[in-house]
Amino acid sequence: MNSKIADRIATGIFTSLALIIVAVLVALFSFILIRGVPQISWEFLTTPSSTVREGGGIRDQLFNSFYILFITMLITVPLGVCGGIYMAEYAKPGKITNFIRSCIEMLASLPSIVVGMFGLLVFVNTTGWGYTIIGGALALTIFNIPVMVRVSEDAIRTVPPEQKEAGLALGITHWHTIKTVLIPSAFPGILTGAILASGRVFGEAAALLFTAGLSTPRLDYLDLNPFSETSPLNIFRPAETLAVHIWSVNTNGIMPDIREIANGSSAVLVLSVLVFNLLARWLGSIVHKKVTASK
Amino acid sequence: MMASTITIEPQTNKNKKREIDKQKDTILEIKDLSIFYGDNQAVKHATFDIDEHAITALIGPSGCGKSTFLRGINRMNDLIPIARNEGQIIYEDINLLDKNINTIALRKEIGMVFQKPNPFPKSVYNNITHALKFYGKRKKKQLDEVVEESLRKAALWDEVKDRLHESAFSLSGGQQQRLCIARTLAMKPNVLLLDEPSSALDPISNAKIEELILQLKEDYSIIIVTHNMQQASRISDKTAFFLNGSVIEYDETEKIFTNPAHGKTEDYISGRFG
Repeated sequence: MNSKIADRIATGIFTSLALIIVAVLVALFSFILIRGVPQISWEFLTTPSSTVREGGGIRDQLFNSFYILFITMLITVPLGVCGGIYMAEYAKPGKITNFIRSCIEMLASLPSIVVGMFGLLVFVNTTGWGYTIIGGALALTIFNIPVMVRVSEDAIRTVPPEQKEAGLALGITHWHTIKTVLIPSAFPGILTGAILASGRVFGEAAALLFTAGLSTPRLDYLDLNPFSETSPLNIFRPAETLAVHIWSVNTNGIMPDIREIANGSSAVLVLSVLVFNLLARWLGSIVHKKVTASK
Repeated sequence: MMASTITIEPQTNKNKKREIDKQKDTILEIKDLSIFYGDNQAVKHATFDIDEHAITALIGPSGCGKSTFLRGINRMNDLIPIARNEGQIIYEDINLLDKNINTIALRKEIGMVFQKPNPFPKSVYNNITHALKFYGKRKKKQLDEVVEESLRKAALWDEVKDRLHESAFSLSGGQQQRLCIARTLAMKPNVLLLDEPSSALDPISNAKIEELILQLKEDYSIIIVTHNMQQASRISDKTAFFLNGSVIEYDETEKIFTNPAHGKTEDYISGRFG
């Protein structure tokens, strides 16, 4: 077989594989959106859910999803970036560093249900908090930190070493160089990692079942005191997220419009992730442009 | 009588001064310097004095230790965990290789420009003010002045004065390298270490950098690593020839290039190896 034919065959195989992937994605998205989008209405998004009656919405679940995402990222990003800085800049190559790296990789491949059970044991029972937002956020942090550390480390490592040398050769300290030269350069990579982690938080159900719970107390959205029991901002209240809601409606829902609620919620979930990604990237590029003065 | 002595006196002084000019002061004394990477000795017992307000060129084939030597002076080798020094580098009566030396302050005093232009991914202006801000200069007027002064010294001001707030990456390679020089000058160093500063640039940018280096000699002591023999002979006052980590010959550039004492130096500069 001559190499020209081999090249054509390879090109053909890779193109068709790519097409299959795109086709699956398009099919999945259109299935979810075609079934779900007609269910979405202002009312659906702004009424609380109902366990027995028809016409329940997803107001609280939608809020909970974003709120848990926010709290999780508030813990995950600083810890993950610090871990990444340590691994990329301070850890001396050797057995201990390799051991830490293996631990991080193992943690990254932990099934989320195991993280959920661990969360139940530690953040729900041992602490005596019960099902709480903070418990869910901490469980998701465990779940996401390995990814965040890994991505941050890689992002910092891909900054050309000349940049670091430039900082140090000007008489700037190592830490200041990390802070003002390496992190801004690594920012797009770190942002991508944070967005990936957010997607996982948004879609996660198993780890939250046992930590943030399957219910939401009656919430008063005008009550902004984070210590009040009815405040949506209270981090010591149970909170069912959208992904958990889809699971629970499908498995033990007794309302008559289970299909509609599940379809609508799925579409909202997918669209939320999409909107969140686009927003984060847009904001990220604005920040990056501002810092690097690029156009 | 009196009048004649007064007229004679300054003359002898002038003559003396000329002699002193010829016999330049030493800025760096290299004493038996050896640098190791693990078991590999990259610089072997280098001993020579580097003149103040002069350009010293370090030449030699790739891997001969000249860059390692240069990076030993501002302790950039400290970044490499397996690197180790022996001997002394004396600067203003202190040994730069002393463990207790504040390398941060040292690098401010002895600036370095690298082979590949490495501006920060920031605006032209912020590239220069970045390190100044770290040292506490924050007043806009003061920073503006330093930016203009350093860009003028680096012969870049006229080309970039209207685009100070554009990304440094939008400049050409030669401009980026002059920006890196300006950024180093803004720290008001005494010594400039240049590691093949124009080898990655086109001939016109190269010529501009060379011209600039010659101007900078007035105010700074410059040590330049170069692979370009013409460059070394054009701009430097003294030249050190490195081979396999040893300084084979160190002398006035003119002497090295016209009448080298060592056969290997002659072989190298005439292009027989390296």
